[in-house]
Amino acid sequence: MNKNEIVIKTDKLTKKFGDFVAANEITFEVYKGEIFGFLGANGAGKTTAMKMLIGISKPSFGKANIAGFDIYKETEKIKKSIGYMSQKFSLYEDLTIRENIQFFGGVYGLNDNEIVSAGNKLIDKLGLHDEADKLVGSLPLGWKQKLSFSIAILHNPKIVFLDEPTGGVDPITRRQFWDMIYEAADNGITVFVTTHYMDEAEYCHRVSIMVDGVIKALDSPEQLKKHYNAESMDEVFLMLARSAKRGE
Amino acid sequence: MKQLMVFIRKEFHHILRDPRSLLVLLGMPIVQLLIFGFAITNETRNTNIAVLDNAKDQSTQNIITRIESSRYFDIDRTLNTNGQIEHAFKTGKIKVAVIFQPDFQNELAHANKAQIQIITDATDPNQATTLANYISAIVMDYQSEQNQQNNLPYTINTEMRMLYNPELKGAYSSVPGVMGMILLLISAMMTSISIVKEKELGTMEILLVSPMKPALVIVSKVIPYFVVSLINVVTILLLSVFVLGMPIQGNIILLITVTILYIICALSLGLLISTITNSQQAAMLVSLLGLMLPVVMLSGYAFPIANMPIVLQVLSNIVPAKWYIIMVKSVMIKGLGFAGVWKEALIIIAMTVFFIFVSIKKFKIRLS
Amino acid sequence: MKAVVLENIVKTYKTKKSTVTAVDDVSFSVEEGELFGLIGPDGAGKTSIFRILTTLLLADKGSAKVLGLDVVDDYKKIRDIVGYMPGKFSLYTDLTVEENLEFFATIFNTTIKENYDLVADIYKQLEPFKTRRAGKLSGGMKQKLALSCALIHKPKILFLDEPTTGVDPVSRKEFWEMLKRLKAQGISILVSTPYMDEAKLCDRIALIQNGKIMKIDTPQNIVNQFGKNLYAVHSEKMFNLLNDLRDYKKTESCYAFGENHHLSMKDEEYNLDEIKSYLEEKGHRRATIKKIDPGIEDCFMQLMKK
Repeated sequence: MNKNEIVIKTDKLTKKFGDFVAANEITFEVYKGEIFGFLGANGAGKTTAMKMLIGISKPSFGKANIAGFDIYKETEKIKKSIGYMSQKFSLYEDLTIRENIQFFGGVYGLNDNEIVSAGNKLIDKLGLHDEADKLVGSLPLGWKQKLSFSIAILHNPKIVFLDEPTGGVDPITRRQFWDMIYEAADNGITVFVTTHYMDEAEYCHRVSIMVDGVIKALDSPEQLKKHYNAESMDEVFLMLARSAKRGE
Repeated sequence: MKQLMVFIRKEFHHILRDPRSLLVLLGMPIVQLLIFGFAITNETRNTNIAVLDNAKDQSTQNIITRIESSRYFDIDRTLNTNGQIEHAFKTGKIKVAVIFQPDFQNELAHANKAQIQIITDATDPNQATTLANYISAIVMDYQSEQNQQNNLPYTINTEMRMLYNPELKGAYSSVPGVMGMILLLISAMMTSISIVKEKELGTMEILLVSPMKPALVIVSKVIPYFVVSLINVVTILLLSVFVLGMPIQGNIILLITVTILYIICALSLGLLISTITNSQQAAMLVSLLGLMLPVVMLSGYAFPIANMPIVLQVLSNIVPAKWYIIMVKSVMIKGLGFAGVWKEALIIIAMTVFFIFVSIKKFKIRLS
Repeated sequence: MKAVVLENIVKTYKTKKSTVTAVDDVSFSVEEGELFGLIGPDGAGKTSIFRILTTLLLADKGSAKVLGLDVVDDYKKIRDIVGYMPGKFSLYTDLTVEENLEFFATIFNTTIKENYDLVADIYKQLEPFKTRRAGKLSGGMKQKLALSCALIHKPKILFLDEPTTGVDPVSRKEFWEMLKRLKAQGISILVSTPYMDEAKLCDRIALIQNGKIMKIDTPQNIVNQFGKNLYAVHSEKMFNLLNDLRDYKKTESCYAFGENHHLSMKDEEYNLDEIKSYLEEKGHRRATIKKIDPGIEDCFMQLMKK
């Protein structure tokens, strides 16, 4: 993690839907190579905030700079310098692994040579030689998620956004997945991740917890536990999230 | 019974709380009918035709005068040889050529029959058929007049469709067609989609595990769309009588009865589709391609069946809409009674029974 | 009578190219009034087992009984007495909270009033929103409504397929507290979850992976059978620590577990001081190692590797 280089900077970022303030004056910074955990109960405004950061939802007001680009004017440039993976949509099930690599490489503007070399490296690393020309749909869920993450960082983005990447994955694969996250962070990629597994919150360098549209807490897991006098992140989370007023 | 009522109420909630779909459901027939009734009319006026009179006698002159005096045709040119016909068509000025055989009057008087050849530009088969029909109608008219005057028992075998459509209004062919299409689409597509939606939501699992009988689930799914279809029938009939000025010649009760038969047939078809598809998209695709296309292409609504290749003519027999459209035409336009439509009604009933039978066979009390 | 009995159940699915065995010779039973958990990741075969028990799916081999009723022969009777919450169940989003509950009450031949006491606990939290459409509820609220709908006909046994997946920790905790109260009313509950931390809230659990049951016992017994010392290791550079520990010659396995790494050693002599000095050599200055009790997740991972 390099604290001298800030890759995400938001200033009072707000999103309103009519009278409803989904995300209220969110202000934080994320550093290069940091693993940043973005936590919150269902309906706390996580998804709304994330959508603004990846440039697919326009903020009502406030400022934000992602990977050096302005969130209002340069969304196209932002999209080129980030990777995104969600639990719901990962890859095309009816394409082979290689075809998925080709497709997403192409989408992110890699040239043919880059796609081939990056693709081969990826297949080497995941040990998928025998499966490379099989349909993604035939892979077990754990493999899909690992592959999906590798493809999300294929174009070496500055930031990768992960939306509940490990839901339903078996415990060993879940840890292998985090090994990959650590490695990416070591290579200077900032990882912005949401999860419902509180033990995973502990793996993050810093964690923010959203309650009712505002960021209620933001610090390293260690400091948060100290501050709230809690044994685990689970406890910290419960303490904060239980104070939530809105059911939505 | 309470179960059924609650279930049906729930279905109405689904329909009423989706104003956009509701608008389509109820607005589509109105728009369709008006478009087909007014804008895309089959009426043809002042069509240019060519005449090649090889006889040049009293009879042919009479017929030509009659054709010319009708408001549908203008004689653009008179031809002298067969060779000129093709050229006349190629320049695109004429749509029809009328050719009289030599010795026309003599043949008519002695052999009791004479020939008129009608050549039409069939790039638009519908229009071509209409035009050919118009001309043969005019010829028939002349012939029957002659028959009466001469008191000779000529038998006229020519098909005279226009007899039932004296004003040649487009609405006459579009009303039955729109009814056949709309009712099928709404009943079959919407039922199948609404059943498949429960599969997608996962609520079908709960319904199957509940004490409610599968048959009741189906009935309550079907009834709301039956009601919507009836509303549409009323709108279409009101529009066609009061806006398009097309009277209902036959018995209205009979018309409604055959329509209900058809709706039930369409609903059972929707049921069948829901048993073979698992997603709303698939259900919609099957409904559109599997139902809408045949209705438009093969029911005789857009293209006359008589003009089709023999394979398609045979195929058209399995399209329920074809039989329904025949019935509507018989009752609404020709004013026939039950005796005139019982065969078609029987075919629709048989189809319905078949669809329901297959659906029951395929309906699963379990998943997969 | 047992609430649920499965004997040698096998279920396979055929795809174009291959046959997938979703449930592979599974046998277990659930006592009456028991809260039994099926713990395993997605694709382990949990949903297939639920569907076989709720009579929605036929097994290829084996037999199953629910409250003494055969799932094939007596499927209609079973359907009258079970409450079921499917995994992807999402209610009717265009109906209000109240309309949903009323609908499910009616199709199960009952009314909200009749069994209100059973759902009162849960439904009270939903009552302020009862005129809101179900589609506008948060994830946790939706699960509560779904549970109310599954309960409204006073079932003797509840089948809940992954009721807490995708639900935040607060709502999950509340959900489990509800299950405890239902159990206290004598309802047998079979519940599945991919969250290992929920295992300890069940009376007994079955750990399931790739269609096979790896272990059935009480959570405590399973933990007791871990059979190895487990150590929590912490240092300032956690990612390096993980790799360094895995490189250590006597390490059997090392996994990240929240703020610590869980380390287990091979069956040979080892010495904590030796490990510490090894870590110091690798540049971990303030590494701590302490012995801990294993959790269900540790056991699950150990069993997975067997």
